[in-house]
Amino acid sequence: MFRPKTRYVALPSPRAGVGEEVDRLTCPKCDTSLEPARLTAALGVCYRCGYHFRLRAPERVAMLVEPGSFREEDQAIVAKDVLGFKDSQPYTKRIEQSRAATGANEAVIWGEALLAGHRLVIVCLDFAFMGGSMGAATGEKITNGIERALQSRLPLLIISASGGARMQEGMLSLMQLAKTSAALGRLNAAGVPYLSLLTDPTMGGVTASFASLGDVIIAEPGAMIGFAGARVIQQATYETLPEGFQTAEFLWQHGMVDLVVPRPELPAVLRQLLDLYARNGVAGDFALQRQTETPAPASVTPR
Amino acid sequence: MSDNGSVAAATWEQVELARHPDRPYALDYIHAIFGDFFELHGDRVFGDDHAIIGGPAALDKQTVMVIAQQKGRTTAERAMRNFGMANPEGYRKALRLIRQAERFQFPIVAFVDTSGAFPGAGAEERGIAWAIADNLVALAQARVPIVTLVIGEGGSGGALGIGVGDRLLMMEHSIYSVAMPEACASILWRDIARKVEAADALKLTAADLKRLGLADEIVPEPPGGAHNDYGVATDAAGAALRRHLGTLEAIAIDRLVEERYQRYRKIGA
Repeated sequence: MFRPKTRYVALPSPRAGVGEEVDRLTCPKCDTSLEPARLTAALGVCYRCGYHFRLRAPERVAMLVEPGSFREEDQAIVAKDVLGFKDSQPYTKRIEQSRAATGANEAVIWGEALLAGHRLVIVCLDFAFMGGSMGAATGEKITNGIERALQSRLPLLIISASGGARMQEGMLSLMQLAKTSAALGRLNAAGVPYLSLLTDPTMGGVTASFASLGDVIIAEPGAMIGFAGARVIQQATYETLPEGFQTAEFLWQHGMVDLVVPRPELPAVLRQLLDLYARNGVAGDFALQRQTETPAPASVTPR
Repeated sequence: MSDNGSVAAATWEQVELARHPDRPYALDYIHAIFGDFFELHGDRVFGDDHAIIGGPAALDKQTVMVIAQQKGRTTAERAMRNFGMANPEGYRKALRLIRQAERFQFPIVAFVDTSGAFPGAGAEERGIAWAIADNLVALAQARVPIVTLVIGEGGSGGALGIGVGDRLLMMEHSIYSVAMPEACASILWRDIARKVEAADALKLTAADLKRLGLADEIVPEPPGGAHNDYGVATDAAGAALRRHLGTLEAIAIDRLVEERYQRYRKIGA
């Protein structure tokens, strides 16, 4: 169920993890061999040292929302190879392989769901699918989610896990930064709350667009979050990077996120935020009136 | 193979032209096109970033707000400009200028010329990604016309951070890419030497962007490139900017902002 990014140990067979049960895995942080059942019960958090394993998008959503309340949208939107991109293998083949390996159609899922009694729009990236990279289809689904939140005046939760823009779609990927940000600008101007949850890893163009635009930004402990990768920075500047550079805790110290929240506490924290931010009703008459009567002057627009 | 190879080589030639050290930089265009330019300094938060410059400038009978990425010509100036790679302060200064442009109803003219935002520890500590994202929103919503001209390199989010607007113009030998070919080669091929193939695969030339429907117009350069005759290049750029600003200013502002939203909304839809 969990796909640890690093070492499996004592694999029952070379193909363990591909359809077969892996009976032991090792925490990449404390090197403890973990029992899958216990790890699952601990929500993918190492019960010895607190390391947060990466989650697949459906697992993540299931962990947060009321059972059976998530209705996935836009499953049919899939990546297209507009550029005819080929590196060591064609992009079309990479997409196929990612689909086969992950069982997912794209690097993001979204839909409406209930969380602690609040109806909301939830958008969740999936790092297992091509590193959660944002191509045109990814950006389209995210934007559709944002626009649904705007049209239905539902609070928005986006859970990020991404290496950044998807290189294989070139400039069409880069423009998704502008597209998603423009949509969030409208959501912001309309007074609909957006909660952004940053998980391991959130990097590059995703951090430089929707991920950092939350009204409230929460990060999981130990998550790597940043724009340029540490290796790139070291190559460019020969700088010695400080201890814990680009971790969630580092970002919190620098004022970039509101809170670092351990995974088991996420439901309670999100409930508290939804209760507070949606207390007066996101679809409140005042907000609705203000939006229809006076288009918000841009000089007082967001942030 | 030889066909693919020669196509890739031609693409690489464009990359090298876009980075040519004698190419006109933003200030060369600014001084040639605008009658007056008053550079403003500082982001009012932390510092002044010389990789992004800007301020009000006179264009014929009106004032426009110029925001530009500036590379250095001499070794000392290159260091001062940080090779055109901006820190968060550059993007926050740009944000200050965007807000000012709205307040005084100055159309915005942005000159893009950067290999990317600066990959440095300090940039990360001070929220480079946050600064860029804020600008994407501010530019998407700014209630003034915005014309962007890529004059050399358009590098990734660092370029887009001042590059969202109503029109995207590209100098004939400029490039614009989701990642610089070297970075792409090192990530996808795990070999920086494959940069020529990467450049070709990325579809980053002005002609590519025009074909993809992302660039509105290619501004012609003198034979061999803009470095051969600054006057020809800056005249062509000035004429294109005036023409597009004229068109945009005739559009009611609500419609303009809506069209700008749709311009990005439809990419990849």
